[in-house]
Amino acid sequence: MRLEILNSGYTFGTKVLFAFIQLASRRPVPDAAKLVFYRADFYGEPMKLFTHEAMRGPSAWSVGDRELMAAFVSKTNMSEFCIGAHTATAAGAYHDQARVAAVLSNLETAPIEEPLRATLRMLQKLTREHTVEEADMRRVLDSGVSRAQIDDALAVCFAFNTTNRLADAFGFFVPGPRGFESGAKYLLSRGYK
Amino acid sequence: MEEKRTAQRALVTRVLEGDGRASRAERHDAFDNATLTEPLHGLISKVAKYPTLTTDDDVAAVKASGLSEDQIFELVVCAAVGQATRQYQNAVAALTVAISDEGS
Repeated sequence: MRLEILNSGYTFGTKVLFAFIQLASRRPVPDAAKLVFYRADFYGEPMKLFTHEAMRGPSAWSVGDRELMAAFVSKTNMSEFCIGAHTATAAGAYHDQARVAAVLSNLETAPIEEPLRATLRMLQKLTREHTVEEADMRRVLDSGVSRAQIDDALAVCFAFNTTNRLADAFGFFVPGPRGFESGAKYLLSRGYK
Repeated sequence: MEEKRTAQRALVTRVLEGDGRASRAERHDAFDNATLTEPLHGLISKVAKYPTLTTDDDVAAVKASGLSEDQIFELVVCAAVGQATRQYQNAVAALTVAISDEGS
């Protein structure tokens, strides 16, 4: 990563934890994990609390839907690390790689439910243009999405509009497919805590 | 719904108002993507608007200007959280208007 403190500036206890993770997973510790462990009281702890609530807390959206939103927001931001990480996690949650690939390839033709499509369309506009209007929300509501579901989708969008920026600003290493698979298994079993 | 908004506000409050190596004023300016002196302004603007364009040279230039890595870490975090917060608040406001119109 571009800041040396994010590569090596950890406490002895955190370095021991990283060594354990590396031994157990047989993979390098992902940069996303390193980021939230660095001076965790400043950013990592409050961000993990928020992200876990958004991605794994109570919601009418499934875990797969929320991971798909994360992958889709990341695709809109062209954030390579997060696209790979959340494409793999969404595919694992759905047990359906083709569904995720279809959405990321062409939202308008992907075989998904219309409420999810309308929600993703709104998240794409918010992410790309940084703003949405009442009419955009009206279209999502008219598709059958509840207010609570829109709130939940906006929370996912906030989490990944933050994380995408940090991944690209700090220069996260982008692993190969096996690295993303390993990360996806962790996120599906443990969440973001 | 309220749990998420509370957790989002807690994150913002921590990075802006809690202890840090960068001053609170600098963290607020980075969060707001306000006018900062170069080369910090260039880095913070990229994080807010074009994060994929960030380069090693952008970060190296800020380090050469005298900021520590910990200060840069905090200011980049504030810039990312700030831009995402503006988008989040804009969308929540649009949703609130759409819901209130629905009820009237």
